[in-house]
Amino acid sequence: MPKHVVSFIVENKPGVLFKVSNLFRRRGYNIDSITVGTLQDSELSRMTVTIDADSKILNQIVEQLDKMVEVIKIKRFDPIRTITRELLLIKLNTIDPMVRQEALEAINDNHGLILDIEPETLVAEITGEPQEIDKFLNRIKNIEIRELSRTGATALEKGPSTL
Amino acid sequence: MVEMNGSQALWESLMKEGAKNVFGLPGGSVIPLCDEMLKQDIRFILARHEQGAAHMADGYARASGEVGVCLATSGPGATNLITGIASANIDSSPVVALCGQVARELIGTDAFQEVDIIGVSASVTKYNIQTRSAAEIPYAVKTAFQIANTGRKGAVLIDLPKDVTTEIMDVKFPENIVFRGYHPVYQPDRREIEWAATLLARADKPVIIAGGGIISSGASQELVSLSEYLMAPTAITLMGKGAFPADHPLSLGLCGMHGTCAANTMVSEADVLLIIGARLTDRTTGSVKTFAPNAKIIHIDIDRSEIDKNIDTVTRVIGDAKISLQKILHHLSILRSSTATNDVWRKKCQELREVNGVSKTNGDYLKAPEVVKTLRKALARDSIVTTEVGQCQMWAALHYDAYLPRTFLTSGGLGTMGWGFPAAIGAKAAKPNVTVVDIAGDGSFGMTENNLATSVKEDLPVIVMILNNNMLGMVAQWQRLFFGHRYSAVELKKTPDFVKLAQAYGAEGVRVESYQELEAAIRRAIKSEIATVIDVPIDPEENVLPIVPPGMGLKDALMEA
Repeated sequence: MPKHVVSFIVENKPGVLFKVSNLFRRRGYNIDSITVGTLQDSELSRMTVTIDADSKILNQIVEQLDKMVEVIKIKRFDPIRTITRELLLIKLNTIDPMVRQEALEAINDNHGLILDIEPETLVAEITGEPQEIDKFLNRIKNIEIRELSRTGATALEKGPSTL
Repeated sequence: MVEMNGSQALWESLMKEGAKNVFGLPGGSVIPLCDEMLKQDIRFILARHEQGAAHMADGYARASGEVGVCLATSGPGATNLITGIASANIDSSPVVALCGQVARELIGTDAFQEVDIIGVSASVTKYNIQTRSAAEIPYAVKTAFQIANTGRKGAVLIDLPKDVTTEIMDVKFPENIVFRGYHPVYQPDRREIEWAATLLARADKPVIIAGGGIISSGASQELVSLSEYLMAPTAITLMGKGAFPADHPLSLGLCGMHGTCAANTMVSEADVLLIIGARLTDRTTGSVKTFAPNAKIIHIDIDRSEIDKNIDTVTRVIGDAKISLQKILHHLSILRSSTATNDVWRKKCQELREVNGVSKTNGDYLKAPEVVKTLRKALARDSIVTTEVGQCQMWAALHYDAYLPRTFLTSGGLGTMGWGFPAAIGAKAAKPNVTVVDIAGDGSFGMTENNLATSVKEDLPVIVMILNNNMLGMVAQWQRLFFGHRYSAVELKKTPDFVKLAQAYGAEGVRVESYQELEAAIRRAIKSEIATVIDVPIDPEENVLPIVPPGMGLKDALMEA
């Protein structure tokens, strides 16, 4: 099943994220990720949800969210016209210089940034489509990860159309 | 701008919305509100349990079409409202619940009688709001009434911290609230109307299922016109009872698990099925795989999310039922004359209306269907009936003929036992000159019987007719039919004595042993100025029939058991 992206604009008020996540929980929708950030108009936030679901469930998700008083606009993105990006922060064990070299090459190849280097560890940032992040993690699977944090995907549609 | 305290702002806002009654029970955090109420021209009806207060507000709303208001204190008062709020919300009944809350600085500290009622109520309300200052109160009330009573109606909760109700501020009363994310659609799309009308015009075996949406939007006239124009037999959902007159020749009665033979057969054989203002739950559809297998389904609803949720449709109309039906009728009149109808189909409708389910019964007990029919005969056409939940509710749904909208009130979606009696009190507050009867079971009535105190002391006399089988009857019926006749936790053992119970509250109590006694008791009760409880012993083994066994299709109903 393809991953679907639903993006929506909500009132930036306390409790709205709770109500959105409560709706997912209550209806039994299992989402992959949800991201939230404020918009130019600080009274609004934009939420982006990625989800594995068939078309009927996806429709219900959109309709149920749209019904919420706090949800102002909502759109289910056309998969082939969706630009998704996710950010990964990762802290690797790099005491061994050979391992460090391998890590730096992988990060470079993914256009990542080194944010911190210490004798034992390095911290890097990688941005890309969620699948690219998966691929990167797979490539460095022999390096010990101290910790990592993924933001979940955010998305816009290609072309002039907006939400 | 006027300077006033939060409590005054609340009552003035409520009166600006036209609220005349508030059903509730006070407690620590709403004492300032209750004190300020003494100066206001509003009737406070004191319940003896908050659940009852919420059901009263719900019954008031359903009988009148206006918003019902209930009030409770923080903590347990607020949580006791929840069953009532959930019952109202799932049946799209406009109720505004006012809850006290601890003072702002105590919120989040697990203070005495603090409950996160915004969190608790989120999934059983249409919307909820916590006011953070006295100046927000008029906006919160306006918002609550607007959201509760527009679009698909529902319950809205306002959480009122105690110090907000005593805070003095400059307060402004808004005329109107513009929502950025709430725009209910009333006007249907023209193409949707045309498609629906075209399908209906081509129908050879049309059937209509009318739900509660007909009643909410006041579309009964239009429904009858369309039904007659198409000669379409018309079934109702439980919430649609009263939407279509039961004595109309095209009336099929209730569709679904306890639906009539006529409704379930005709729905199953329809070639075009028009569903209006109904959610199509499992109780209405039976197995979705075999629901109306030959029909092109058209669904009209004001709530877009109900379309294709449970049953896939061929076409939809999103909008108000009344406006949509008017437009479909208009368009139909261009497409075809009303005379082109299928006589065989109409005749089948007539024949099936005579088929009833038959339960085995023992001894000389009064039969529940006859008891309900006796009640119907004794009541005026516009009398209001509420029901409890279980067998009594289904006997009422099958055998009580409702002719007018807002005269048959029942907890359909949640199936809340104990709903009927307080809802009857609420309905009586809305329609003091109309007889209101709760068709009860002994199990359900026991859950909210303490509202007898409210009925007696607040001068809201209603009639409670208990179909008393000393059983949690519907569970017992399932145990008889589907669990090898093993009774588990259903026998109520003749406790309490409802006649004495009624008398203890200062109400009338009477037990009847024959249909004549029953009719006489009802006639006396109609004239009585005090609540009357009529205890009608019935056979503990009597079943409600037909019944579609769980998981089966509408055509698989048991007719005898």
